[in-house]
Formats: sequence, C-alpha cells, structure tokens
Amino acid sequence: MHPAPRVPRPAIVAVTTALLALAVGCAPQPERKAADAPSGSAGGTCAPGELATRTAGKLTVATDEPAYEPWFKDDRPAGGEGYESAVAYAVAERLGYDRSAVVWQSVPFNKAFAPGEKTFDFDINQVSISDERKKAVDFSSGYYDVRQAVLALKGGKAAGATTVAQLRGLKLGAQVGTTSLDYITDVVKPERQPAVYAKNDQAKSALKNGQVDAIVVDLPTAFYITAAEVTDARIVGQFENQGGAPEQFGLVLDKGSALTSCVTDAVDALRENGTLTKIEKRWLSDAVDVPVLK
Amino acid sequence: MTSVETESGHGGADGDGVPSGRDHDGYTPSARRIERERHRRARARRATAIGALSTLVTGVVLYLVVVHAPGWPRTKETFFSARYAREAFPKVLEGLWLNVRLLLICGAAVLVLGMLIAVARTLRGPVFFPLRALAAAYTDFFRGLPLIINLMIVVLGVPALRLQGVTVDPVLLGGTALTLTYSAYVAEVFRAGIESVHPSQRAAARSLGLTNRQALRHVVLPQAVRRQVPPLLNDLVSLQKDTGLVSIGGAIDAVRAADIIVGRSLNYTPYIVAGLVFVALTIPMTRFTDWVTARMDRRRAQGGAL
Repeated sequence: MHPAPRVPRPAIVAVTTALLALAVGCAPQPERKAADAPSGSAGGTCAPGELATRTAGKLTVATDEPAYEPWFKDDRPAGGEGYESAVAYAVAERLGYDRSAVVWQSVPFNKAFAPGEKTFDFDINQVSISDERKKAVDFSSGYYDVRQAVLALKGGKAAGATTVAQLRGLKLGAQVGTTSLDYITDVVKPERQPAVYAKNDQAKSALKNGQVDAIVVDLPTAFYITAAEVTDARIVGQFENQGGAPEQFGLVLDKGSALTSCVTDAVDALRENGTLTKIEKRWLSDAVDVPVLK
Repeated sequence: MTSVETESGHGGADGDGVPSGRDHDGYTPSARRIERERHRRARARRATAIGALSTLVTGVVLYLVVVHAPGWPRTKETFFSARYAREAFPKVLEGLWLNVRLLLICGAAVLVLGMLIAVARTLRGPVFFPLRALAAAYTDFFRGLPLIINLMIVVLGVPALRLQGVTVDPVLLGGTALTLTYSAYVAEVFRAGIESVHPSQRAAARSLGLTNRQALRHVVLPQAVRRQVPPLLNDLVSLQKDTGLVSIGGAIDAVRAADIIVGRSLNYTPYIVAGLVFVALTIPMTRFTDWVTARMDRRRAQGGAL
C-alpha cells in the first residue's frame, strides 16, 4: 500500500500561523474608560479647543442623512439652522471650537447608539436617553424634553381619537428602534400588529397612502410633517410621559469617551444661561395646545 | 462451443459477475481471501478510529481556541445571549409564518407565470413574434432589475398612485414584486429546459401526427420539467430567503421581528436566531433537491442502458 502523498508541512504551518494571526488580529479593543482620559496637558479638564477629539483641533459631529426639519433646515446640518444644528454649534462654541472647526459626518440613526467604536466625537439625532442604550454608548445630559405624538389623516379613522384606548383597534406605524415604537407596543398595546419601517420617511408615505391609520413620531417632527410634508394630516394628540420622568434627547458619545463630562457640562451651561430655550423658541413650535391622550 | 464452468462459478460470458451471488453449496473461500478480507476490515477499522480521533482533537482544539479567544465573552454576550434568544424566538417564529405563506403563494404563482412566459418565448411562427418579444423583454428587464428596487417601487411607490381597486397591503404588494422578479428567473430556467430537449423529439412527435401544441404538451414539456427540478428548487430556496425583504413595507416578518428587538436591546442575538431559523428551513429543501437530483441521475442512467 502506497502512502498517500502528504500535504507539505510548510503549508500546514503557514495556514496555522495565518489563523492564529487572524485570531490575534480580531482581538477586541479594550473599551476606553472615562478615567483613562489623557493625563497630559489637558489633564481631563475641558480646556477650550484642546479636547482629545478624534481629529486634533476639529470637532466631528454626526447626524443621519437625510437630516429632517425642524431639527435641521434643508437637509444641511452644517447650515447652523434648525434646532439640532443650532444646539450642535452652541455646544461646539462652548467647548472652544468655532464654526470652521466643526466637521459633520453622516451616521444612520440606528448605528449612532449601537455598540462599537465610533467615528464621531458626538452624534445629535433625536436620540432619546435610555438605560438600555447607556450600556452601549455615553450620553450627555438631555438637551430637549420630548413628547411622542400621534399623527393621522384628517377625516381618517384615528383623527377623532382623544384617548389611548381609541387607538387600540387601529393600524399604527413607527420607525424601528425608536421610542415612538415603544410607545405603540408598551402604551397603546394595539390589537393589530403595528407596521414597522426602516425610516420615518416610509412611515410618512404609508400614512399618506392610507397603509396605516396613524403613525407615532416625536412632537416637533409631527409639527413639521403636518405643516410642510403631509398637509392633510393632523396631530391627534401627545402621550403622557411614562413613569413620570420626561423623555429627553441626549448627545451620543462613544462608550467611555473622554469628552462625555465636558459635553455634559457644556449642555448644562447652555440650559442654565437660557441658550437652549432661545434656540427652541426660534426653531420649534410650541407644544402647549396639543391635547394629551389619556 | 462448450463453455467451461470454473469452480468458483464466474466466467460465463453473460454471467452477472458477482462472485458472492453464486457461492452456494460447498464453496469455501481460500485462506488467502480470508486473510485479505480480514486485512481490509482491520484497515477500515483503523481508518474509522483515526478519523474519529482526529475529529475529536479538531473539535476540542476549536472549542478551546474559540472559548479562550480574547473576544469570546463579549462575542458570546453579543451574539449568543440565551436571554435575548428566548425573547426573540417566539416573535421570530411568528414572523416566519408570514415568510412561509409568502413562499408558498409566491412559489406557486412564480411557477405558473414562469412557465407561461417560457412557453410564450419558445412559440414558433411569425404571428407570435410580438408575444416572443414581450416575453424576452420581460425576462431581460426583471432579471436585471435589482429586487430591492422592484420592491421599493411596488410596495412604497404603487400605493401613492391611489389606483382604484389596487391593494395597499404591503404583504400583497411585496408578494407581487417577488413574483415579478422570480418568474423572470424561473422562465429562463424553463426555457433552457425546453430548448434542451433534442429537436428530434419534436420531429418524432410531429411525424406521429401530433400538432405543435400537442408535441409541446405531451413530449417536450414533460422531459423539460424533469430536467429543471434541481435549478427550480434552487430558485425556490432563494425566493424563501428573499421573502424577508417585504419588511421594507412595514410588515413584520422574521427579519423585522428580530430587527425590532435589536433596535431596543442593542444585542445582536435575535439576528442569529432569525438567521438560524431560515437556515433550518433551507436545509431540508436543499437536501430534498440533492435527493431528487440523485434519483433523476439514476433514472437517466437506466434509460441510457436501454
């Protein structure tokens, strides 16, 4: 019996080495801890313009594309117009970065708060602060108290609803991964399976085309949709806050980012000196006259 | 001529050539043969033992490498969390029911439509030219059009036309889009099958007095379809996976059900669960395809010996 021709040993060695190299190469990076902040010149303090940003001397800010009104005007985050664009520039200024040092980046909504290393210094994209998201990313303190609102076509089945119970038998829709969807599943608890869209745009067109009776979005977005995009829709009402604590939008930072405390300080300062209120008055409609769904 | 019967029994010109078939009365295998068979059994045992041992060692090494890899705890928590698997499984299964229904209904529609288009494309005679051209245009267009664009046009775009009597149900619209694309693929498979039947078959049928239509129906198509079973099942497996794309219309299928939990929990286990459920559906279909192919190969081999 002839021995079968052997695989040359060097090949085995090479393959094994390659696999080992791959395994080592795939080893995860340790998460940065807030305590590991650079102890050099800045020393963890928030010296203006000298933060440990991803690109030295620049502040990289992310949001989704397209950027919706009233948060950004004309899909141009760098324009400085729209609520979130104005807040981003106010925070940047507070941190010591002038307008020319702010670099915008496009990051999908769902990806902004997913685990993993971030390519931005902070993300501003109507991301609600939640405990579950806090396991994956850092948040600044909240820069906006948000309510969720129900939108329906005028004269549609949902248009006359005044209570949450009246929404129960209807076909509702929202974007995946949003607190809007959580309000549908946890507060309304509809009898019919809700429609869940990858983007708010698709939820809007489904409402327009009669594929759903009502959609849930945050209140400022609802104002914008009814004013400019689906003009034959109206805001049926807003939800009460769940569990008493207001839902807040926060700036998203990488988990353990050295910038978190500085950005939080900046947001707090902007709230205290009234800048946030001023920006809100300028860009967002007043929510006072929207009925609350009981 | 007298044939000489050998002691061991084989040697007849038209014998079946299987020695064991004739070792009845009084045949005792030679010592050499016993020794040879014993040796072969020993070699086979040894081969099995080595194979088992090497599999075991490989398994243990793989296990140790994976478990001791630096990223394993995080990988395990992110992709293989028992808690999220338990939460996702019933919802994914519920969503999968939508995928299965889409597969069954679209699958049937695709086979019928694909066959009609293929037949239209292979019709002879100048009067059928427009039909042939239309069928060719249809297959060219829908085979080239990315499925996702087709779905977005039909599921998101068509309801905006507000056509009377046209549904706005995203599942029905999604199923329509899937059927449009897949019937183009399947029509090409059928056409290849029809054209693979040798022209002599059609000629023979015509010479027996069958009309063109009868020849197609009774002689060409049965042979064509039998040959096309493996590629057809292949397309069905593909269709089954693509039913997940109807979720762009807001419908909650297995994929979107997983997506919803991932969106909230930021744990990717639900995707793994949904993926495995699809694989579990696909594997029986693949094995069935293999079995059908093997069976048909055997039959064809028999036919060749006639």
